[in-house]
Amino acid sequence: MTAVATPKFEAANERKKSRRGFLLALPAYVYLSLFFALPLLSVVVYSFAKRTSTGGVALEDWNIDSYTKLGEPIVRDILLRSFTLAIITTVICLVLAYPFSYFLATRKASTRNIMLVFVMIPFWSNFLVRNYAWRVLLGNDGPVSRVTEGVGLGETTILFTPTAIVLGLVYGFLPFMILPLYAAVERMDWSLIEASRDLGATGMQTFRKVTFPLSLPGVIAGSILVFIPSLGAYVTPQILGGGKKTMLGSYIVTQFLTARNWPVGAAVSTVLMVVMLGATMLYFRKGGRTL
Amino acid sequence: MGDEMQDQAGGPMTAAVDIQSVTKRFGDVVAVDNVDLEIADGEFFAMLGPSGCGKTTTLRMIAGLEFPTEGSLKIFGEEVGTLPPNLRPVNTVFQNYALFPHMNVLDNVSFGLRMQGKDKRESAHAAQEMLELVQLGGMAKRKPDQLSGGQQQRVALARALVNKPKVLLLDEPLGALDLKLRQDMQNELKSLQRELGVSFVFVTHDQEEALTMSDRIAVMHDGKLLQVGTAEELYDQPVNRFVADFIGQTNLIDATVFDADMIVLANGTKIRAPNPYPAGDKVAMSLRPESISIGHVDEVPDEFRSTSLTGTVSDVIYLGHSHVYTVNVDWMPLEVRTNATPTSIKHEPGSEVAIWWDRRSDWVVPDEGHGA
Repeated sequence: MTAVATPKFEAANERKKSRRGFLLALPAYVYLSLFFALPLLSVVVYSFAKRTSTGGVALEDWNIDSYTKLGEPIVRDILLRSFTLAIITTVICLVLAYPFSYFLATRKASTRNIMLVFVMIPFWSNFLVRNYAWRVLLGNDGPVSRVTEGVGLGETTILFTPTAIVLGLVYGFLPFMILPLYAAVERMDWSLIEASRDLGATGMQTFRKVTFPLSLPGVIAGSILVFIPSLGAYVTPQILGGGKKTMLGSYIVTQFLTARNWPVGAAVSTVLMVVMLGATMLYFRKGGRTL
Repeated sequence: MGDEMQDQAGGPMTAAVDIQSVTKRFGDVVAVDNVDLEIADGEFFAMLGPSGCGKTTTLRMIAGLEFPTEGSLKIFGEEVGTLPPNLRPVNTVFQNYALFPHMNVLDNVSFGLRMQGKDKRESAHAAQEMLELVQLGGMAKRKPDQLSGGQQQRVALARALVNKPKVLLLDEPLGALDLKLRQDMQNELKSLQRELGVSFVFVTHDQEEALTMSDRIAVMHDGKLLQVGTAEELYDQPVNRFVADFIGQTNLIDATVFDADMIVLANGTKIRAPNPYPAGDKVAMSLRPESISIGHVDEVPDEFRSTSLTGTVSDVIYLGHSHVYTVNVDWMPLEVRTNATPTSIKHEPGSEVAIWWDRRSDWVVPDEGHGA
């Protein structure tokens, strides 16, 4: 609608409508500003602040010491480990979820719905409880260990290792990969796959040249939805990793609660947020609208 | 029919597509019911029928996108029953074109050649040439969604033809185009087919499209193949009520066979209509609106006395080039179409008229249920 072609009363009407929309959104704006944007801003502000000798924060002597601390070997190792584990988790989720989503998308509607419910069932119980359940399963005399001992493979000792963390993260976040992938594959125009086969492509070629590229928005959406919470995971590394091999989430908590170095905790949080923001923007840049 | 097909030298010719006793079931649904069909090399062949008649399923079986439940399907003599589509010498133009949205036009068209292992330069060159042929040479770098419906249609055509298929399959390719564009494309498709000399198998629900474009037409209904023939054969000699009604417009008048030369209509009128059916059989007489003449009751020429009826005009529609009358003859309305010229008389609603026709233009078909 161009301004020239719009009669005055219509323009006024437009304005009225947009004002009404703003009023409707106002409560949400206020809530989000007070309880989301402001705290977030204070995290960023704190990350440039100075730690007092008593463990408090002095909003003076602004500096970037907390960020330079991120370059220290101990912090660098934690960053590296968190990224590595998050990437491994994402890749495993993708490899597991893709065939499943494809299978799901090609079933008839009633079967699909039942299977989707199965995917959602874990969400019905508490995340913490489910992580403890894995701890019991993987423990020294847990069922998994008994089975491996029974078949002569010896005791299972993966609890409190990075393997257990990845296992827990994959278990926890797999549905976040399945759902967008399923949505992407399900909405794909099936005749494109038929066209590809008709034009002489084998099943494998069709997957590489047509199916996968077309499901890319789902792949990216799923990967971001798994990667982001994996990177900042706290509960799973604590429970299944035993807190020994610290990941970012645990490190941040330690900085705030134990070491009482709020600026460093805030700096790590800020870096994490920037990475996530970057990933999200990358996704929207790629033209995905699956979220 | 296969025995009749011979090449110039007189030897037997291999059919491009040879379908024998093919049945396709989806669960309990019989989509294609025991169809026999031969399509000659270089033929423009249409499969015509209402939606759900099995024409698309038949096409998809030729393409290899569905496999027959029973029967044999040969392409140039080679049994292809369960051969996957990528190993068949046919290509398809899909109903919604099915262009790859993530590739540009050139990559779409060269896709088939690339999949056959041709190198990139060579494929791109051949694709570009094919795009020139369909007058889209300048669109190579565009994405499909930047093209109009007609252009997408041409890309789909180029993408199929660049692979030099032995048979080109087209699934309602013109369905999404507007009328003007559709007529242009009809001519273009027809001339393209003549130029390439490849068999085109064309699925449509539009009888006019089938009549104008095709060498031969197969009419399908409820999974069954009812009749195969040229446009004239289907129009003038339909095998049953369905074909008579589906191809063009017609008046179908219920009747009973009196003898080989006469039938009796519902009101007892005897009409001259040569037919091969035994006396007493229920039949229907197909009478095309344009083969009927209309006039005053006492105007009926003597030679048409045995092929005439009287009735009352209940409606007239003026179409510029013609008048379309609805004439109530006692027990049913008949449609009559006459050329409208400045000198022709218009019969107003309510007037008593006689209608008559040449006995060679009525055609007797068996009543439905008495078999196709």
